[in-house]
Amino acid sequence: MKKIATLLTLLLLLPALAAGCGSSAIKEESTDETVEEDLITVGFSQLGAESDWRNTNTISMQEAFTRENGFNLVYKNGQQKQANQITAVRMFIQQGVDYIVLAPATETGWESVLTEARDAGIPVILVDRRVDVADKTLFSCWVGSDFELESKKMTEWLRKLTEVRNISPEELHIVNIQGTMGSTAQIGRTRGLANAARENGWDLITEVSGDFTENKGREVMAAMLKGHDNINVVYCENDNMAIGAIDALEAAGKRVGPNIKNGEVMVVSFDGVNEKSLEYCREGKISCIAECNPLHGPRVRALIEALDKGETPETFNYVDEKIFSSLNTVKSVTVDGIEYAVEEP
Amino acid sequence: MSGSKKNIFGKMNDTSLLLTITIVIFFLMYIGAIVFQGGAFTKPQMFFNILNANAALIITACGMSVVMISGGIDISVGGVVALVSMCCAVYLDYHDGSIIGSILIALGIGIAYGLVQGFLVAYLDIQPFIVSLAGMFFARGMTTIVNTAPFNVADEEFTALKLTRIIIPGMGTTNKKGIYVPAYVEIGVIVALIVVAVLFIALRWTKLGRSFYAVGGNKQSALMLGINVKRTKFLSHMICSVLAGIGGYVYFLHVGSGSASHAMGMEMNAIASSIIGGTMLTGGVGNIIGTLFGVLSLSTIQNIVSSAGLDQAWWTGITIAAMLCIFLLIQSVVMAQKKKALKA
Repeated sequence: MKKIATLLTLLLLLPALAAGCGSSAIKEESTDETVEEDLITVGFSQLGAESDWRNTNTISMQEAFTRENGFNLVYKNGQQKQANQITAVRMFIQQGVDYIVLAPATETGWESVLTEARDAGIPVILVDRRVDVADKTLFSCWVGSDFELESKKMTEWLRKLTEVRNISPEELHIVNIQGTMGSTAQIGRTRGLANAARENGWDLITEVSGDFTENKGREVMAAMLKGHDNINVVYCENDNMAIGAIDALEAAGKRVGPNIKNGEVMVVSFDGVNEKSLEYCREGKISCIAECNPLHGPRVRALIEALDKGETPETFNYVDEKIFSSLNTVKSVTVDGIEYAVEEP
Repeated sequence: MSGSKKNIFGKMNDTSLLLTITIVIFFLMYIGAIVFQGGAFTKPQMFFNILNANAALIITACGMSVVMISGGIDISVGGVVALVSMCCAVYLDYHDGSIIGSILIALGIGIAYGLVQGFLVAYLDIQPFIVSLAGMFFARGMTTIVNTAPFNVADEEFTALKLTRIIIPGMGTTNKKGIYVPAYVEIGVIVALIVVAVLFIALRWTKLGRSFYAVGGNKQSALMLGINVKRTKFLSHMICSVLAGIGGYVYFLHVGSGSASHAMGMEMNAIASSIIGGTMLTGGVGNIIGTLFGVLSLSTIQNIVSSAGLDQAWWTGITIAAMLCIFLLIQSVVMAQKKKALKA
């Protein structure tokens, strides 16, 4: 029973202890801050670590906000849960960070926490996905990809290739393996292909979602091959699905490559982050990859530096993205008056 | 004085012993966080944020504790929370409903769940795990049927209620930019604290409350004591489901949106919190204050892990698993010690 008595006494003493420790810790922190006064503290709430693209994105941020560059980065992984991200942003506010960078898991439900950040005078920079808020002053700016532009580059490349190789538009029989339905990337890339097919008179046979994963890409491709025997172009909305689709094509005895006149099936895809897909692109198994640039770090850093000087940067900022192909047939593509060189993967 | 105190310790039952352990560990952990991590943990709002983020979990975990004390389990609560959020969101936005109406919907779903699950468990004697498993699937399925896509509620009255904050004077802090950030709690926290207080009193001082312990501890002796075991079991499920309904509304008030993926795994967090709080899965032992501290401990450890930079998905899981193990270990060691001491 003595033990319990000691425990209880301890318990009674604890609040007092807590108060004491609390105040001393605050002092320590304030001295810390004077030492690191020139460092800009950035809280980064990443939505998760679900894909190669996401991991590269995180690394890019970590490399942009180093101590040498004058930053102190606090990184939090939201593990695909919005609740975790809200907790993280609230913690940033309590830590008194200078800027918050948020890669939101969902587009809805951000009003209250973003209002708190604004009330605390902390600018918020959104990355990748956008948020659905009525009040646009809740965030300072957004950095991400223009998915429809990626798609326009890809379809322009395809149009030029068919022109050079004398393939008539109606000879193209395209299937689209779509990403997760409703995601910003899927919507933009699907719209781009649909528009191009209509304008050029291509035969767009069917569109099925492969959820951005290799396994689903394989399944969907296999099912499509059973239903249609004239497929000669496979448009995959990301690399992982393209890898799966190539597997399925080869398993069905098809040759994968850019020479559709010789009976090969051409595969084109998006992202260009995954090393295996770049290797495929060098080998010609994937004929063309439109890059989806995950390297947001430098752009976000530039925005924060601008904000720090009191400037007002553009609200929507698109990252520069390339287009890769190992074929030398098409040297460049022009979309909306801007020329993009086709690079070696 | 010391003599009388010794007497109190001597009378300390299993429930209060486990409660003491929980509270001590929580304080040790929080102080550890303040001392070793400092930063945000030194700000009072950090603690209030834990309350704000977990008000719904506190309420559902309290219901879970009642069921566990009476020897059952209910894993449908997470599903019920998601269903309540979605129904209220659809009602408010698509049917132009009122706040009162949405609260009634939340309570209605809770009561319906309590009636069905309680009846199946208590009167048809089906395993509570199976019943509530089916309940969970049903709730998750229904949520998707009500509305597939997640969406935000734009209703003005509701948004005003959602943004209502109870400012706690004197606890705010001034940040680096010289802006005063006030300390606050959301309405849900007040609801949660009321639930904790009411249940604490009910379990301790009402006949029904005592009978939950009796039924969970030993069904046979409860029966012999003249307790209506079936009715008690039924009521325990009823309380749990109604609290899941209320918790669902508080959750909805916190996030302000409906989504089929809301409150994923919340039932497991509720069970873990109850166990950390000193409620035993075998029934008959537990305390609502312990459950409150269980939720706080669980959330504090998550915050510690996350602010220590161990942010990989598995770190949080592993730490919680380790913490559960430690709590169970301490619980069983202390209980064994106590039994030994009693024998001697």
